[in-house]
This record gives sequence, C-alpha cells and structure tokens, in this order.
Amino acid sequence: MLRKLVALSAAAVLATALSSCGAANNSGGSTSASGGGSDKITLGFSQVGSESGWREANTKSIKESAPAAGIDLKFSDAQQKQENQIAAIRSYIQQKVDVIAFSPVVVTGWDAVLKEAQAAKIPVVLTDRAVDSDPSLYVSFIGSDFVKEGQEVGQWVLDNYKDASAPVNIVELEGTVGAAPAIDRKKGFDDLVKTNPNLKIIASQSGDFTRAKGKEVMQAILKANPKIDLLFAHNDDMGIGAMQAIEEAGKKPGTDIKIVTIDAVHDGMQALADGKFNFIAECSPLLGPQLMDIVKQIKSGQTPEKRIITKETTFTQQQAAEALPNRKY
Amino acid sequence: MIKHRLFWPVVALVALLLGNRIVTPGFFSVEVKSGHLYGSLIDILLFGAPLILIALGMVTVIATGGIDLSVGATVAISGALACYIISDQANQGSVGGVLFAVALALVLSLALGLWNGMLVAWLGIQPIIATLILMVAGRGVAQLITSGKIITVNSPPYKLIGGGYWLGLPFAIIVVVVVAAITAVLVRRTALGLLIEAVGGNAEASRLVGIRSRSLIIMAYMFCALCSGIAGLMISSNIAAADGNNAGLWMELDAILAVVIGGTSLIGGRFSLAGTIIGALIIQTISTTIYTAGVPSYRVLVFKAVVVALVCLIQSPAFRAKVFRRRHKRPPPQPKAEVPASDSGDLEVSA
Repeated sequence: MLRKLVALSAAAVLATALSSCGAANNSGGSTSASGGGSDKITLGFSQVGSESGWREANTKSIKESAPAAGIDLKFSDAQQKQENQIAAIRSYIQQKVDVIAFSPVVVTGWDAVLKEAQAAKIPVVLTDRAVDSDPSLYVSFIGSDFVKEGQEVGQWVLDNYKDASAPVNIVELEGTVGAAPAIDRKKGFDDLVKTNPNLKIIASQSGDFTRAKGKEVMQAILKANPKIDLLFAHNDDMGIGAMQAIEEAGKKPGTDIKIVTIDAVHDGMQALADGKFNFIAECSPLLGPQLMDIVKQIKSGQTPEKRIITKETTFTQQQAAEALPNRKY
Repeated sequence: MIKHRLFWPVVALVALLLGNRIVTPGFFSVEVKSGHLYGSLIDILLFGAPLILIALGMVTVIATGGIDLSVGATVAISGALACYIISDQANQGSVGGVLFAVALALVLSLALGLWNGMLVAWLGIQPIIATLILMVAGRGVAQLITSGKIITVNSPPYKLIGGGYWLGLPFAIIVVVVVAAITAVLVRRTALGLLIEAVGGNAEASRLVGIRSRSLIIMAYMFCALCSGIAGLMISSNIAAADGNNAGLWMELDAILAVVIGGTSLIGGRFSLAGTIIGALIIQTISTTIYTAGVPSYRVLVFKAVVVALVCLIQSPAFRAKVFRRRHKRPPPQPKAEVPASDSGDLEVSA
C-alpha cells in the first residue's frame, strides 16, 4: 500500500512539475489583456496550441494586430485539446465579449458550444481551420486556400516547362495522408500539371510533413528513378529534407533537380534565397490584421464574407532574397 | 539449420530484399559517389541505424520482463538538447562544442533512463505505466527545449554522427556496429546476459539466489535510454535540425516490433540480440521498399500490415506446421515443431 502511495505521489509530482513548466512557457498568452474601457471592442480568441513555428507566428500576428486596431484581446491557448477550447469559449460567453474567434483543434463536435454562443448573440469567427457544423452557426471563416496554393505551384511549373519537348519527370512529396492541406495541395497541383502531357508525375509518396521523412523518402526515390527534373514538396520542411538527399546523391538542388514547395517558413525562404529552391507559394500565418478588420466590420453592423482567404503571395529566388530580412517567421 | 531460431527472421529479410531486387533492378548495386558508398542497401543500414540502436536497448529491457515506451520521447529530448546547445554556440563548427553538446544530451538520456528504472525497480510500478509517464511528458520536454520550433544547426562535426561518412562508410553504421559489438561481448561473454535473463524469468527468485535484480533492472533502462539518446542524436544530425514534435514519433512501437520479429518473447527471460538487429532491418527494409517501389501513400499502412503479418506468421511454428502438413500430407504432426536453441548456440551468432 505504502509502495503504491509513494509511486502515485512521485508520478503526480512529475506531472505537476512538467505541466507547470508548460504553463510557465505559455503564461504570456494565457490571459494577456483585461477589461479596458467599455467603448473598446473585446475579442476572445482561442488558439490551437503552439505546435510549430507557423503557429507561433500566427499567435504573434494576432496578439500584435489587436492593440494596433484598438481591440481588447483575451487570448487563451488550448494546448491541442478540444475540451480546453470549449471551456475557453464558454468563459468568453460568460464574460460577454463582443466577438469570439478560434482555430478549431478538430473538425467535429462544435455544435453545442456554437449554439450557446449564438443564443448569447455573440458572433463567432473561425480562423485557419474549418469545422463541420452548420455554416449558420458562425459568421465567417478566414484561412488559407490549400487548393489555390497547389495551383500557384502548378502554374509556375506549367509556365517554366511550357516549351519542354522531352518529358519532364516530377516527384511529389505529399503531406500526412488524410490531412486537409495534403489532399487539397495535391489536387490543386495535379489537376493543373495534367493539362500538359509532357509533365509526368513519376513518383508520389507521403513524407508526413517532416524533414526526416522527406529526406528518407527522397533518398529512396532518387535510387529508383535515375532521371528526375522537378520536386514538388507539400511543405518547406519536406523540401529541405529532400534537398539534403539530393545533395548527398551528388546532384545540385535547384539546378539538376528543381524544387518547388509551399509554406515560406524561414528555413525554406533561406534555401530559396540560396538558389537551392526554385519557387515557394506562401501559406501565411499572419492573418491578425485581416481578423481585426472582420471584427470591426461585424461590430459596425456589416456582414463580412462567409469565406475569406488569407492574403498570400508567392516567392521566386530573387523575391525571397529581398523579403528575407523582413520576414517575421 | 531450420531449427535455429534466427532461421525464419533471416528468411523473411532475404525474401524482402530479393523481392526488391525483382521490382527495382538496381536495388543491390552499391557504388562510390563523392567519396562514400551509395545505394539502397546503404540507405537501409543508414536509416535503420537509429532503430537498431533503440531495439538493442529495448530488447535488454524486455529481457528483464519490462518494456520501455519512452524511447521515442528520449529520442526527441536528446536531439533537441544537443541542437539547442550547438545553436547557442558562437562557432557551431567547433569540435569541442559539439562534443560538449553530445555529452550533455547523453547524460540527460541516462538520467531519463535512471528515472524509468527507479520507478520500475524501486517503486514497483508496472513498466508499461512507469514509462508511459515519460512517453507522454517527454515530448513536452522536447518542445520546451526547442520552444516549439524546429532548431536548425549548421555544424559539420555534428552532421557526422547521423549523416556523415568515415572511410567511405556512413558513420552511423559504424556507431551501431560498435555499440552492438560491445553489447554482445558484455551480455554473452560475461555473466551479465545470464543474470538479465534470470531477472526476466523470475525477479524474486533471482533476488533470493543473490542477484541484485534492482540494479540490473535500472541498468537495463539506463542502457535503453542511452541507446535512444544516441539514436536521437543520429536522427537530428541527419537532417541537421531538431524537431521536438516529430523526432522519434511512434518509434517505441517499431522497436518493440523489431524485438518481437527477432524472436524475443515479450514475457521476458531469454532474448536474442542478433534476432533483434535482423528484426529492425526487416522493418527498415519494408519502409525502403515502399518508397523505392512507389506504393501509393494511401496504401502504405495496409502494405506494411500485410508484410508484418506475413513475417510473423512465417515465424510461428504452429502456423508453419499447419501449412506444411496440408501441402505435403505428412501424417504425424510433431508435438513441438521447434526445439529452443541452446545458449551456447546463440552465443556464437551474437558475438
């Protein structure tokens, strides 16, 4: 009995120690703003978590753009858990904030809490990720269009190989199987590239959106296919992994095998500026300013569009070199 | 020869490799490219190296009757700490700085192993629960070290560990050979292996005959964590970056599978180092097969499941006996299809 007690308490101590570390790390974001003047608009925002550099930039953009727009922001971090997020939204409803915005952790299970918000007459805006609830339960959804990102890359490939007489061999590194960005980016790219019969996708494998897998998969594909002209990776990280594999195979990335990717995170932009990547379609996390505009529109009685696409751009090697010093992530 | 317990795992590995040779004609070709060996077989060894190491650690823990679910988290923590320290240095290329980072990461790994071992041996917590704590919390620790970002390092000496070459051979493979050799000598040429098997067979009985089962169990968990720590360095070094979210994700399952495919029982007791290495190679060969042969990504999991099921079935004496009997109509089914190999026989294989 004593043994068990000691064991349990040891486990509990570890758990609290660790969770408090996590809390300390996120304390900056738990409740950053408190009640300002009554004339100020209050926005309650529930973030997914801080799982990647992309997400971090997303959080930063929202936190920075709120005071700039004169909006009082209440921010909470759900740490990847839907129950945390539902609790946060409920607390915003109780606090009677003017607008609630959140990046849903998962797609399903939001009906109840969205209906509560509707009953309290608080408009809800979704950011970055969609839900499967009835569209009447939220005002607007702002986020990237993954199909369009795939098309941007596909268009670059079409333009650059329109005079190609010999077949162009393309390798595609897909994201995690079943993930929305992987499905949509593949669709956008494949459909466009199909229009030119010279462009052939000779291999398409999942690299799980990670550098390690991207490298491992590319290394195997390089051996099975002696002639590869172009690589399309669904995100920068897989592209960077594959770039290393290409270098180790004695080829020059960007020249012998061209690399096009999506995301435009810092390391990817660096590779593009260094001439090792050839083109990146941006998937921007910086939707803070647009979100604040929507909040203001709602408050002034206007109805924003149901689906708003994040302002995104594309980068060539030269544009990357110019943009790199000012990138926020 | 068929009776040897490594026979069927080796058959499975050879069959996989031959299957690849048929699908991809150049699969066995190994050439020298920019001063080092280059080919699919080298890839299997290079990317399999971390898994072999972790499986070696896992098999010693399993031999004591335990299991370590936290190896994937240890991989992430070790790589994260090493990359964090290196990225903080003014001169990332300095050998001294890299050695310092590597040493610190490995010391931390040992400490994590000590933690697991103490929970299991001193507090008597079930191994699956005790190591589950670190499995869940450890990834959080790794993210804390990297602040949730991917830390990229640009350090040639660090790159050597997992992605570099030495005398034309991938350095990671050399590390694995050295660790495996040391382990084999320690376990099979001294009484250590016997003691571990005794603890795994019956911890209480072995304590009563005078074996210090507690310290042996703690040592096994520390060895497992050290192996995972080295594997973590390899994985992060190979991509020159630490990814706290994804490094070593689900690797504990691959390692346990490697141990099982290699013919070691999860109940504890007798274990096979050589079988475990072959098991890890089989798993890596399956992955490489998928990428090289171009199995569509949405079919990958099914493909893996089928191959693993086949490999396990082929090793099952009961399954073989049935198939064998039906095909050849052999009248007397043998009560025991496989006689356990003697200890001395295993000794020669693993050393």
